[in-house]
Amino acid sequence: MKKKATLAGAVTGTLMLLGGWWLVAVIVNRPILPSPFTVVPLFFTSFFNELGLHFLASGARVMAAITIATLLAAPAGLALGQIALLDRIAGPLIAIAYPIPKIIFLPVIYVLMGITDLSKITLIALIIFFQILVVVRDEAAGLKKELILSVQSLGAGRLALFRYVYLPACVPAVLTALRVSTGTAIAVLFIAEQSLTEYGLGYYIVVETYQILLYKEMYTGIMAMGLLGVAIYFVIYAIELKVNKHLYIN
Amino acid sequence: MITIEDLIFTHAGGQEIFKGFGLSIGKGESWTIIGPSGCGKTTLLYLIAGLIMPQKGCIRIKGEPVTRPRPQTGLVLQDHGLLPWATVVENSMLGFKIRKFYGPDGIHSPLNSLPDRKKEKQQVDQWLARLGIDQYGQSYPAQLSRGQRQRAAIARTLVLAPDLLLMDEPFSALDAPIRKELQQVMNTLHEQTNRTSIVVTHDIEEAVIMGRYILVLSTGVNTAAQVIDNPHAGSRGNVKSQQFEQMCDRLHNCLGALQ
Repeated sequence: MKKKATLAGAVTGTLMLLGGWWLVAVIVNRPILPSPFTVVPLFFTSFFNELGLHFLASGARVMAAITIATLLAAPAGLALGQIALLDRIAGPLIAIAYPIPKIIFLPVIYVLMGITDLSKITLIALIIFFQILVVVRDEAAGLKKELILSVQSLGAGRLALFRYVYLPACVPAVLTALRVSTGTAIAVLFIAEQSLTEYGLGYYIVVETYQILLYKEMYTGIMAMGLLGVAIYFVIYAIELKVNKHLYIN
Repeated sequence: MITIEDLIFTHAGGQEIFKGFGLSIGKGESWTIIGPSGCGKTTLLYLIAGLIMPQKGCIRIKGEPVTRPRPQTGLVLQDHGLLPWATVVENSMLGFKIRKFYGPDGIHSPLNSLPDRKKEKQQVDQWLARLGIDQYGQSYPAQLSRGQRQRAAIARTLVLAPDLLLMDEPFSALDAPIRKELQQVMNTLHEQTNRTSIVVTHDIEEAVIMGRYILVLSTGVNTAAQVIDNPHAGSRGNVKSQQFEQMCDRLHNCLGALQ
């Protein structure tokens, strides 16, 4: 059984983080590290302004990447997990491609696809794709033979097996993979957004604030990007709690 | 009910299991299949279940050749095979859901099966109660003991009202007292219905308790069926009686002679 995260825990964690920030800010006492007492109010005013647009742009890119990656990787993983021959052929390639940090393909993708939203989304989708592909494949391959046989004996053919066994078996794995890989995805987005874009938190933090020494504004951008990561993480977590009730029983 | 004629089955590795094997099982009879590991007990059960196909020969159930899992055949395996993400009630409804998924096509579900949610729920409640797990309806398999899981697996199969029940070592992972109890439960259920049942086991006592007829398979190639008539089966059979012990001894010797 997994341990549930609670709202109280999330609030406590946030307060501790802000407290630590404030402490370091007091000790360092330089313009590069403003106190949360200046940044947090600024964050709330600018979030409903310009910063909010950057937040939406980044959020949309991540969501698009998650959607594309899931739609492609989940069926592919299912096929690999079910069809042993396919896995034997594609397995070695996946084993090598999986651990390669996909960010190194940034220039290649930029050259091939141009520095557009599409290329940024593709790069992030590529990271999430492999994460989901591997877990779904393992999940589908790891289903016990007895489980499949007994569901077959209840009358299930291929379609019903897919609907009642493979699909529900893979959803938890997809969610966990997504939750774990969005952190990396947002990190890559931060880098990808630094070139040729008008909106996006990566652009806001590096180009619009950091490079012209607007430190306080830069921190609002950092907060927004942190919030993006936390928000996606907890939304997926909430879906997991709802879908995977059997993993969280006390 | 079941006729097996001239059955030939060889494992993918080349090991011959059945050659010219034949067997006839009457309606409403209870059979057990026993034999050393690797003798083909489970293989025979899967063949009857339509999960694997013989190289040659024919298995007919009610006159129809078996070419795929038959909707009126129920199967219970040693490993319960419950969906871990579904509660006991949801697991018990799975068969109905699959039948609804295909509709009454005669292939995946019987031609006369019409979805009736109320009746289905009643069936599930009734079977969970009869198997003594009605208070665990909302539990997940991981929250149950092994015995309870096996009861749930049996309930899931029986709600579909099969006319043939196949069980592959259904109680071998259970503790002795629970195993005994479930054997009695299944025997009582068998007496109350006209269902044909076949239980694969490696336990001599279980074979004698649950099988009116005992099919003994050997490790080599099985050509002719070796069947022991066992009038001491059933819930009324006294496990401590002399005849029961004699039957166990006989089966023991029979198995010993095979090795």
